[in-house]
Amino acid sequence: MRTRDLSYWLFLAPVLLALALVVVVPMLLGLFYSFTAWNGIQTGEFVGFQNYLNLFKDERFLDSLWFTTKFSVVSVILINFIGLSLALIVTSKIKTSSLLRTTFFMPNLIGGLILGFIWQFIFLKVFASVGEAVGMESLQAWLSTTETGFWGLVILMSWQMAGYIMVIYIAYLEGLPKELIEAAEIDGASTVQRFRYIIFPLVAPAFTVSMFLTLSNTFKLYDQNLSLTAGGPYNSTEMVAMEIFKTAFVQNAFAYAQAKAIIFFLIVAIIALVQVYINKRREVEM
Amino acid sequence: MRNRWNIKVEVLGVALAILWLLPFYLMFVNSFKSKKEIFLDTTSPPEAWSFDNYIVAFQELDFLRTLFNSLLITVVSVVLIVLFSAMAAYALSRAKSKISTILFFLFVSAMLIPFQSVMIPLVTVFGQFDMLNRGGLIFMYIGFGASLSIFLYHGALNNVPKSLDEAAKIDGANRWQVFWHIIFPILKPITVTVAILNIIWIWNDYLLPSLVINTTGSETIPLKMFFFFGEYTKQWHLALAGLTLAIIPVIIFYFFAQRSIIKGVSDGAVK
Repeated sequence: MRTRDLSYWLFLAPVLLALALVVVVPMLLGLFYSFTAWNGIQTGEFVGFQNYLNLFKDERFLDSLWFTTKFSVVSVILINFIGLSLALIVTSKIKTSSLLRTTFFMPNLIGGLILGFIWQFIFLKVFASVGEAVGMESLQAWLSTTETGFWGLVILMSWQMAGYIMVIYIAYLEGLPKELIEAAEIDGASTVQRFRYIIFPLVAPAFTVSMFLTLSNTFKLYDQNLSLTAGGPYNSTEMVAMEIFKTAFVQNAFAYAQAKAIIFFLIVAIIALVQVYINKRREVEM
Repeated sequence: MRNRWNIKVEVLGVALAILWLLPFYLMFVNSFKSKKEIFLDTTSPPEAWSFDNYIVAFQELDFLRTLFNSLLITVVSVVLIVLFSAMAAYALSRAKSKISTILFFLFVSAMLIPFQSVMIPLVTVFGQFDMLNRGGLIFMYIGFGASLSIFLYHGALNNVPKSLDEAAKIDGANRWQVFWHIIFPILKPITVTVAILNIIWIWNDYLLPSLVINTTGSETIPLKMFFFFGEYTKQWHLALAGLTLAIIPVIIFYFFAQRSIIKGVSDGAVK
């Protein structure tokens, strides 16, 4: 097949058309609109960087950015720690290995919206009734403060995503050369030593993959945020994706919301490009 | 010594698994209780296993229709994504040229764009052309799903020798026949991965359908669940029955395809 053949273009036509109309055109239009006073119907006048300048003074946007960053950092650490621990458990010589994998992975198949609702019940009702039964004041009124909302989201995401990250670590752990580990065992290396000096360095690429997957997933979070806290109390647990949505469809500030969306894109793209860079560098080293 | 260690690990694993299932247990047992019973006790099994909540939830969710809507959107979108992405990846991998490299790069870079960044123009433009309906939604899923799918197919196709194409061509098959009769069947393992990743995403997607097909009668499960939950927010017994109903199809799917699902998700993430 050559690029000047008709068949080449026919094979590509459906996806090219869809990608152009669904991603490329809206992205370019969005970039253009972010420099105007667009209201969704009329383009309005050209305002230069005004929308972008405004958003650096927009406390609600900056708060959501800060909340999202804090949430992502804490979640990435916890999810990877739990995910790796689960992977180490299910790859050891135990009988229930496959049953455990199935269980830990299960939350990933269910939509974030539904999981958020389930956890809303747990935080509001179960926590309250257990707290009352054992006399723990700290279990009362969860999700009604910024702090409990934050930890509620972290718990929900750790529970959901740890199984996903576990699957990635398993793929690397099971790819380890068995002879190497056995040799170390024969040489008298302890479990901790084997992990520290043999498994850990060989599984290092899995860290890069998992870290960035969790970072980009948590940074772009919307569904769980909507169903668990809906941004409350007083928008204090609102993450960037939700803030952009509300700016556009609640306040109807389309051009302004689009400027936020472009900044959001830049942050997400930078995260992804850093990952590509790290991977490339590692490949060169190897 | 080894055995003792393994037993400890196993006990820890099982304890964690129980903890992992606890949210589902709590959802399940409370979905059978009355409002008053939930108020009194949220942790024990219900006094009587009554299906009253389920009858209300089933009707209010218009469950069969909602399930059908979700199935329709997911199946049609995934079939089209699989076919079109495989075709495109085949063209890109067989015609090595600058154009192919640029197009492949375009598809891969599209993966960097978060949905929120194109959401507003997308919805307004499709709205102007009267495309905010199921057809439009499926078309959007193809646009958003193509990149990762092409990327995965492209990787797999690089391991399919070109000599296969040429042999079939000598036998008189044209491009179209070569692809569908020789190449596509060989790609089956990656097709399973591509299908599973897209099924999980599209089945659970809430935001895009909420913007595109927000009309009574065409809602998917996440959409309908959102409205249902909003209406019954103080009535946990009904909300929990609805949530349990919404999860059942996923559990059935997982039960029958868990091996392929876990493998697919793992391959999709690692590659």
